[in-house]
Amino acid sequence: MIFQKFILNPTSNWLSGIGRYTVMVASVLRLSLSKRPKWSLLVPHLYEIGVRSLPLICLTGLATGMVLSAQSFFQLSDKGLTGVTGIMVAKSMLVEIGPILTSFMITGRVGASICAELGSMKVTEQVDAMVSMGVRPLEYLVVPRYLSMAIMMPVLTIFSSACGIFGGWLLATQLYEMTSQTFLDPISVYLTNYDIISNFVKSWLFGLLVVSIACYKGFHTKGGAAGVGRSTTSCVVISYCAILGINFLLTIILNDIYWIIYGFN
Amino acid sequence: MDLISLIDVKNVWKSYNGIAVLKGLTLTIPKSAVTVILGRSGVGKSVLLKQILGLETPDNGQIEVNGKDLETLSPKERAELTNLMGMLFQHSALFDSMNIEENVAFALRAHNIEGDIEQKVATALDDVGLSGYQKKLTSELSGGQKRRIALARLLIYEPEILLFDEPTAGLDPITGDQIISLIYETQKKLQATSVIVTHDIQLALKVGNYFALHDEGVIKAYGDRNSFFSDSNQLVQEFISHSTLPPHLLPKLGGKT
Repeated sequence: MIFQKFILNPTSNWLSGIGRYTVMVASVLRLSLSKRPKWSLLVPHLYEIGVRSLPLICLTGLATGMVLSAQSFFQLSDKGLTGVTGIMVAKSMLVEIGPILTSFMITGRVGASICAELGSMKVTEQVDAMVSMGVRPLEYLVVPRYLSMAIMMPVLTIFSSACGIFGGWLLATQLYEMTSQTFLDPISVYLTNYDIISNFVKSWLFGLLVVSIACYKGFHTKGGAAGVGRSTTSCVVISYCAILGINFLLTIILNDIYWIIYGFN
Repeated sequence: MDLISLIDVKNVWKSYNGIAVLKGLTLTIPKSAVTVILGRSGVGKSVLLKQILGLETPDNGQIEVNGKDLETLSPKERAELTNLMGMLFQHSALFDSMNIEENVAFALRAHNIEGDIEQKVATALDDVGLSGYQKKLTSELSGGQKRRIALARLLIYEPEILLFDEPTAGLDPITGDQIISLIYETQKKLQATSVIVTHDIQLALKVGNYFALHDEGVIKAYGDRNSFFSDSNQLVQEFISHSTLPPHLLPKLGGKT
């Protein structure tokens, strides 16, 4: 009895949840590829996810870049390695912190909002009303959000990374009196196209992860207003954990691919 | 008058968390008539409507619409069948991110139906007595107005099968009467097949042609106006006793069949 209540049932629920999530993602991807959504549906989401998130993304990128620069300078100055501050900030922002930070911010700002909106529509039968009028909710509500996120997330991440590098440069040159040349020269030498590709791949996948979890949790909301609250919290927590887990795997995979292509030099 | 059945619910079972709500329910809904399903709150009347619409699938049993088993249809065939139906939800289910005009025109725009949509919306709003409400938000409306807007949204694409889930629930008697009149007028205009689930005996008496009593997961009594209200079932008699009209007059009320 205890085994069933505390182990068997939760495991079975978790596995069936994974199954439903996979089916939903597969259906949305199939719909995204088979039918182009109307611009009138796409534009509001592009604006909400992209344009309205931009100030937050730039601000957090800027602040993080400044902190990275300050820490790099502080930690490396007694070892005579302050010259690597620029490349440390740039590599960190592009390859790791930019995508993670942006996806965390987008989870809080956009993912939670999508989940709450869809969850609220679900519990007030608005989704059922849509079905009753012969409209497929996945096509009408979910596909435009997926596509908008897929388009906007890499763009936002590039902005975040660029703001971070700018913040790092600003702090290093204004507070620590480093020359622009010292900060920027290593970047032009050691920053590779592969770093930018990594940035793009990670941000794109994190974006899809955030939007898919938000839509799934929203569509499976039960239990009125309290249920919407529970779904939204769970959406944010699961998204953060999934981003960190997938980031670890992606980092290993992308590094391996780099070594396979370019060798260990 | 020969009755053609349009919806056949055959031995349908449905459970939630191990609790059976529908227990082998069987019901025939005749074409171009109003069938009222009476029952106390919480017996699963709305569940039955959702099964007919295909929003939920039965655990067991069959639902046939136009002779087609919903379970065996392809998604495309099912979508075509769903397009014939429309449902008025208990809490109206208006899209709160849209204004009234966008709500009412939703189905037309989603299906790229051509024509003067603005004019159609204006006519639909006029029909429900809410002309000029196009730019209002759903949050600005009262419960009765929301129900009327939901009715306009339902009627604008003229479905052949109308499903009403507790259309007068939560409304004051005057607003409830307005909704009942609108449903009656709509039925007369569209000659649609309507299914109304309700516990409102006044509504049932004013618009119903056929009646079913849903209790304990099955249909306990079914028939036209005369046979249903002369049924000796205790719950039927209790419903009649809550009518504001004398029981001996009930079978003579309608004559619309």
